[in-house]
Formats: sequence, structure tokens, C-alpha cells
Amino acid sequence: MSARVFSSVLWGACALVLAFLVLPLVAVFTLVPPRELLDQLSSPVVRDALSVTVKTNLVALALILGLGTPAAYLIATRVFPGRALVVTLIELPLVLPPAVAGIGLLAAFGRAGLLGDELGLLGITVSFTQTAVVLAVCFVAGPFYVRPAIASFEAVDPTLVAASRTLGAGPARTFIRIALPLAGGGLSAGAALAFARGLGEFGATIMFAGSLQGVTQTLSLAIYQEFDLNFDTALAISALLILVSAVLLLSVKAVAGWRSTSVSLIPFARSRSSSA
Amino acid sequence: MALDVRLAHPLRSFALELGLSVPRGVVALVGPSGAGKSSVLRAIAGLLHPRRGRIALAGELWLDTDAGVDVPPERRRVGFVFQEYALFPHMSVRANVAYGGRARVDELLARLEIQSLADARPSAISGGERQRVALARALARDPAVLLLDEPLSALDAHTRAHVRAELRELLQELELPTLVVTHDFEDAAALADQIGVLVAGRLVQEGAAAELVAAPADAFVASFTGANLLRGVATTGHGGLTEIALDAGFTAFSTDEVHGRVALAVYPWEVSIARGLVLDSAVNHVRAPIASLVPLGNRVRVRVGPITAEVTAQSVERLGLREGDVVVASFKATGARLLPAA
Repeated sequence: MSARVFSSVLWGACALVLAFLVLPLVAVFTLVPPRELLDQLSSPVVRDALSVTVKTNLVALALILGLGTPAAYLIATRVFPGRALVVTLIELPLVLPPAVAGIGLLAAFGRAGLLGDELGLLGITVSFTQTAVVLAVCFVAGPFYVRPAIASFEAVDPTLVAASRTLGAGPARTFIRIALPLAGGGLSAGAALAFARGLGEFGATIMFAGSLQGVTQTLSLAIYQEFDLNFDTALAISALLILVSAVLLLSVKAVAGWRSTSVSLIPFARSRSSSA
Repeated sequence: MALDVRLAHPLRSFALELGLSVPRGVVALVGPSGAGKSSVLRAIAGLLHPRRGRIALAGELWLDTDAGVDVPPERRRVGFVFQEYALFPHMSVRANVAYGGRARVDELLARLEIQSLADARPSAISGGERQRVALARALARDPAVLLLDEPLSALDAHTRAHVRAELRELLQELELPTLVVTHDFEDAAALADQIGVLVAGRLVQEGAAAELVAAPADAFVASFTGANLLRGVATTGHGGLTEIALDAGFTAFSTDEVHGRVALAVYPWEVSIARGLVLDSAVNHVRAPIASLVPLGNRVRVRVGPITAEVTAQSVERLGLREGDVVVASFKATGARLLPAA
């Protein structure tokens, strides 16, 4: 095969891949005139779903950042027995089928679940509430933040941390003023990825939280409901989610461009812990 | 006020085991890479927790493993200048210095002549400038002890000599107990009043640079301080001199009285070069072609057979020396130190 033919094969394959990936996205925007898409967005189903999605995802993101950041810092900077196992457990939800996540969450926090009695005594019902949506998003999207966060903290030069300590800063001040800003690029990228994953959460949510309009029905669940009832509404929500996802992806890339620190789009970014 | 250090700590292939006292002034810890020099600094700063040890500054106890005392790094009054300077890349020069302490930022920027760089990021300034920022930052925390890890190794040869002179002046002015770690004997000799030679975790010799050169404790110290090392077997020769049958194939004489397997150490500046045999007081002569001529400022290092001589550039010119010329390298029996073979 001549170099020219080989090159044509490469270009051809690339064109096919691109066409296959882009066509569905283009179709969402072009099947129905844009005006109608915009009109559909004002329907009560969409407005309720948007409000539920924004609310639950912001709470979930706050939980993921608030708990995931210190956890990632600990895992990245300390050596302790079972560390490799801990990292693997954090990675597991990344590869787990969402339906399994849904069943698991029900089995743990559902009325008949492991913690069902305890939660019941406290008068707390989790399943099929907004709390369930938040938990499902945290479970499925959390590792998308924590894994790259560990890698980002590991990439912070330990000498800089040592320098901070010798300059009179304690461990907490060193974390806030040195480790956090230096890992910032990777943390923001991870947060954007987790947020994007959370917005699209479907499987675990529908099993653990149901799809009640105005309570647990997120945009993704609304698409599923509307594609039977009103296909145009489903298209409109899809278009909205494509735009949001594109913005998130571009912002991740922009952060990666500004920062010289390692920013990886791959949640499994190779690091000390995975090679250990 | 002196810093007293006693350490015992297992490293990868040997154990660090030393006692060291650093008075006001500069003490250098020299030794080959991997001898444990940096570990000593890290232990003093509290960044490494030695298996056993005691570190105290005057009355202040920083570490005493027997008493369970281990003060964290942020509460030890240490100014640490790291090998690659470890400046915070996300902060300006001013913010870097202020990180150590806000009180004297402007004074220190002025003192180290880096006011004009105050708003620059560390990535935008030169190696010599980075070193000054690192020093200013270390001094900003008002340290009682200064620790410098290979302060000159990150610099290119061109700026090195200049920065070394500046650093020497600054360290002399500060009058703090200062411990400098370096693998370069010349740097140590230029910066420090006292030098400790650390090999495989142990101090093999301590003294002023001149003392180490005059009486190296062993073959390692001799070669480290720049001497030629020639191995051989020493026996009593005529005229009260010791005769050494060198492995290199010729015989040399020394005034030192040692017998058996020895290392003969002779410093390059004690070796002279002649076109032919001349009648002088030197009794040791090596006749061989010149293997290399390496200029070093106003001096030239001439490699003749197994020996390196250091002569002036003028002499090289006067004798018209070129590589391949057969010459005679001579040194006196009094300049041939005999050390037990290591």
C-alpha cells in the first residue's frame, strides 16, 4: 500500500468517526426549527426539570467539592496501609453501570435498606426525594472529581509544601495557600467533568429517586418522559444539555490551556497511586 | 548561640550517624551525592523525622527523640534555601518574600537588590535572581539558623563565581549559625569557615579548608579536595625517604613515613611542568605526553600520564605546550602525602 493510499484510509476513517459523532448532535438542533425549540423550553415540565436539575446538582457539587477535596488531599499526600485499595474503591463507581449504582443506593438508603431502619427512626426518608437525586449524583459523579483531584495534589511539588512549612506556615495554611492554588487547574477541570456527569445522571436517579415532576425529575429524566409524550420538548431539552455540556468542556480546555499544571480529562490519569 | 545536632537515621544503603555543632558563622557540609547531606538539613528543619537524635539551638529544644520532643517545621526558627530555590510559582517575588513574614519585606527586597523584580513571577527571572529571592524569603521569617542546600548548583558556570562571592559576603554579614550543603569543595572553601566532610552518613573529617588540604584524613578527602591520587606500595627507601612503587608503573618518593598499600596524594598546584629534566629540588618526575590542556581562568590544567598539574597560562605559552608533547611533570617528596589506601 502506497503512502498516499494509507493516508487516504486514515483521513477516511477520521471523517467517518467525526460524522458519526456529530450527526446526532446536529440532528437535535435541525429536526425542528429553532423557534419551536425555544418555545418548548418554556413548558412547565422543562422549567420544573431545570429547577430540580440546577438545585440538586449545585448541592451535589458543593458536597463533592467540600468532602472530595480534603479526602483527595489526604490520599495524595499521606502514605498509609490500604491506600491503593482506597484509590481503587474511589475509582469503582467510574466503571460501575449506573443501574447497579441505583440498586446499591436503594439497598443502602432505601426504606428496606441497610440504613433504612436508622433513617426511619430519625424520620428521614431518602428514596424518591430530592435528597435521593443529590445522593445519586454524588455517587456517580463524585469520582470524576476526586480521582483527578488526587492526581493534581500529587503533582504539587512536595518541596514547595516543605518550603511553606519552613516559612512558618502550618499544614492547614500550607494547604490553602500553596497546595490548593497549585492544584487549582486540575481541581477545576475535575469539578467541571463531575458537574457535566451529574447533569446527565439518569440510571441511578430513576431507580433511587424516581421521576416525579417538580421533585425528582431532572432534565435527563424529563427527556425520557417527554420523548413518548412530546418529542419536540425532548429535543429542546437535549439541545439545552448539549449547549451546557459544550460550555463545560470548553471551560475545562481553557483551564488546561492557562495552567501549566497537569490537567487531565482522563479520570484514570496515571499517578503514583495507580502504579503502586 | 550555636546549633547542636546529633542524628541517627537509616537511609537507603547506609545509616546517617553524626554529631555536629554549628556556631555563628558558616559551616559547610560537603560530600559526594547521596552521602546524606540534604537529609541532615531536612532533619534540622523538621522535614525529616530521624529515628534517633537531638537538635537544639542554644536553649531551644527542637528535637529529642528520647524525650519525645519533635517541634513541627513551622515552629523551628529556620531559614531554608532549597536546592532549586522552591519559589512559589503562583506568587510574585514580593508575595514570595512576604510569605516568610511581612514586617521586613521592603528592607529585604532592597538589601538583596531585587526591588525591581518585586512584581515579577519566579518563572520570569534568572537563576541568580531566584537565589536572591529565596534568600530574602528565608530571611523574612527572621530565622535563628540558616540552612542552604546546594545554593550554587542550580546556576550556570558563568554566574556561579559572581553569585558565590555575593553569597559569601551576605552570609558573613548575617552572623547567623549557617549550614551550607554542597558537593563542590571549592564552593565550600569559598563560603565556609569550617568544613565537615560527610561520606556515607558519617563525618570523616572536620576543619578549615586549608587544614583539609594540608592534612586530608583519607584518600577520599584528598581526592575530594582536588588532589591527584596514585595508588601503590610504600617501603623504606634510601636517605630516610619512603619509596612508593606505584601501580602506574613508576617509583615516587615521599617524606611521609607509612608502609604497605597507600594512596599518594599530590595537589595539582604542587606539580610543575618542564620540557625536559631540569636540575631542581623535586625528586619525583613523570615523563609522558600531554593528554589534555584545559584552561581554567588564568590557570591551565595539564594532564600528564596519571597526573594533573595546574600551571599558569603564561607558563603554558612560554613553554609552547600542546597536546601530545612529551613533558616532565615534577613534584617534591614533601608534597607527596601518603594516606592509607581506602
